[in-house]
Amino acid sequence: MQKKLMIGNAAVAEGLKDAGCRLVSSYPGTPSTEITEHASKLNDPNLYCEWAPNEKVAVETAAGAAIAGARAFAAQKHVGLNVAADPLYTMSYIGVNGGLVIAVADDPGMHSSQNEQDSRHHARASKTLMLEPADSQECYDFTKLAFSLSESFDTPVLLRLTTRIAHSTSLVETKEDEKPAVKEYEKNIAKNVMMPAMAIKRHVFVEERFDKETEWADTCEINKVEMNDTKIGVIAAGITYQYAKEALGDKASYLKLGCVYPLPVKLIKDFASKVETLYVLEQLDPFIEEHCKALGVKVIGKEKFTKLGEYSQTMIKEKILGEKNEILSTDIDVPGRPPVLCAGCPHRGLYSALKQLDVFVSGDIGCYTLGALAPLQMMDTTICMGASVSSLHGRNKVRPDESKKSVCVIGDSTFIHSGITGLINIAYNQTNSKVIILDNSITGMTGHQQNPTTGKRINGDPTTAVDLESLCKAVGINRVIVVDPYDIPATKKAIEEELSVDAPSVIISRRPCALLKEVKHNPPFTVETDKCVGCKACLKIGCPAISIKDKKSQIDFTQCVGCGMCTPYCKFDAIKEGK
Amino acid sequence: MTKSIMIVGVGGQGTLLASRLLGNALLKANYDVKISEVHGMSQRGGSVVTYVRYGESVDSPIIEKGEADIILSFEQLEAARWLPYLKATGKIIVNTQCIDPMPVITGQATYPDGIISSLKKIADVLPVNALELAMTAGNPKAVNVALIGVMASQTEIPYEVWIETIKETVPEKFLELNLKAFDLGYAKN
Ligand SMILES: Cc1ncc(C[n+]2csc(CCOP(=O)(O)OP(=O)(O)O)c2C)c(N)n1
Repeated sequence: MQKKLMIGNAAVAEGLKDAGCRLVSSYPGTPSTEITEHASKLNDPNLYCEWAPNEKVAVETAAGAAIAGARAFAAQKHVGLNVAADPLYTMSYIGVNGGLVIAVADDPGMHSSQNEQDSRHHARASKTLMLEPADSQECYDFTKLAFSLSESFDTPVLLRLTTRIAHSTSLVETKEDEKPAVKEYEKNIAKNVMMPAMAIKRHVFVEERFDKETEWADTCEINKVEMNDTKIGVIAAGITYQYAKEALGDKASYLKLGCVYPLPVKLIKDFASKVETLYVLEQLDPFIEEHCKALGVKVIGKEKFTKLGEYSQTMIKEKILGEKNEILSTDIDVPGRPPVLCAGCPHRGLYSALKQLDVFVSGDIGCYTLGALAPLQMMDTTICMGASVSSLHGRNKVRPDESKKSVCVIGDSTFIHSGITGLINIAYNQTNSKVIILDNSITGMTGHQQNPTTGKRINGDPTTAVDLESLCKAVGINRVIVVDPYDIPATKKAIEEELSVDAPSVIISRRPCALLKEVKHNPPFTVETDKCVGCKACLKIGCPAISIKDKKSQIDFTQCVGCGMCTPYCKFDAIKEGK
Repeated sequence: MTKSIMIVGVGGQGTLLASRLLGNALLKANYDVKISEVHGMSQRGGSVVTYVRYGESVDSPIIEKGEADIILSFEQLEAARWLPYLKATGKIIVNTQCIDPMPVITGQATYPDGIISSLKKIADVLPVNALELAMTAGNPKAVNVALIGVMASQTEIPYEVWIETIKETVPEKFLELNLKAFDLGYAKN
């Protein structure tokens, strides 16, 4: 088979197909999203793929399929596994029928995340076997291996990725094996119904399984020793192994771990006895290090290497060999370039209206979180998906007199993910909370995935769409209104009116994302230079297409989509519609 | 010896096509290749970077300060931002286009003057007006392929391999335009 270049996520998807996986149910999240997108694009009639409303639903869907006898899979980002932790921890007791593999993608360095958690702790806490590939080939191979391990040990298997594995491209050779059929399903209450009497027995099984898995980890092919110079020994897994190899080459010997939970015992002790100074190189928490120390093996870890951010070959070379790269520098003062809401983004209109009202904004996660940055800065808090709605309710309970100056903002995908439960609480436990749903008809931040409000499935097939207005009314919110955020004055007026009312309201700010293919753009607007006085009022909207050149405003025609949101900001009528 | 090329620019400028073409050309030329890019938040108009590494056998997919043999920058300010990643002996190709970042738009910062001449004082700089090349080829959208042309002329990958790769990667109806833009860039050196 010819080798192909693939990102790690695509290689996982190819592995799913070639392992005979039947069902993929995931919720998007960087850096895991492309696994499910790629799997869907493979168009394999035996591999069903879907976007679920959230990670808990996704993992439970996969669990149901696995118990029914089919190989099944779910993927999510690190924080997504927190949402799906509940089914994971108990599926560990139940085990599987058809193999169950759950991918979790960590984001050291937080390229696109709200925290830097280390998901290996979930493996330990749920007592679930976890594999960690170190390049795209291993993404493919380990995905296939994960299914057979899942079935032979009777356990779900976690596949841990990190950003630099999920989003790095390297060569992959695929191999089609015979695919297993869907297994028989037999009713088995003792194994599949987790209530105390049964779970007590299954816990015994889980602990015995752990011992067997540890024995396997001591001898398995994917935990590899590479002996070179023995002055330096390195234990590493995943991307950190690649950094170590790049930095140290054959100046060190390596124990490369493909299985990061359970960790081997004999193998580590044996390797430690053969090298002089032993380092554990691992990003984030001292997970392998603490295991080694508990075994009484002397290692150097976090006393020398940070728990923060990403590692690299340079950092390892510097800390272990004391070698530094020569670095060029200039005295140019380089301003930052933070991400921004796109030109024509409907979220900009909504935030511009809120800015004029000067309200407290309980925020959430999505493209709209960029509204927290200058010049809009219209966000007070952001915790995790769905928290905008529930935490506004909490705030309004303790500061009821400020509830008329407080709102929350949440995207369409995020609202379905976990905002709706918070809204039910608002209706049930009665606060005058004002919930703004930013409905741009897509899951934007993660790169345009369909969701239950868009009327389309993962492959674009039409399906039923959640009617947000009816949904909010059905849970007990009587005031539900819809505004067009491109009309900033009207949006402001509508929100003002809702703020004045002593009842909970939902305001749906509805306008599709400007980057969607089906959205037609107007010709770019222009500035009439003789009318422009250079007052910079139009800059307040924070549009990346508007800047100042020679003391006058100018609009970049390559970026402007003709949304016209900037026009009310110009008191001199200098901004003109394009032709 | 592993070689390192960085492609930097502003989210939305089309740097992804550039790294795809480069990756496929390297594969065709029988190298081991690793490419690393970050998807997600930064693609919304932020500073974006792709690392491409190739050689007989590549370990790390990322490039660190002082390690890049070539930096291809789609924008001037980004060239200045990523300069510390260039090897002292490396070459930096800079598209002369300027895009104001939000701190400049809002007046919190200023776009520095004379970036190219400052860079020239310490590094081997090749400035290119890629927009002009793309216009000559027939369409401003061919900026990225014109820049790839310039970069291609700095690598040891044979010209024919590049042409074959472009033919395989670019849709038929844009092929002529892109080949023209590539050639204009390639001849720039
Ligand atoms: C638990 C969890 N799952 C997934 C993500 C990744 N993620 C961040 S925002 C987002 C969805 C954003 O979509 P939407 O709410 O529609 O807002 P938009 O980006 O379109 O403005 C996702 C999936 C996350 N941060 N947390």
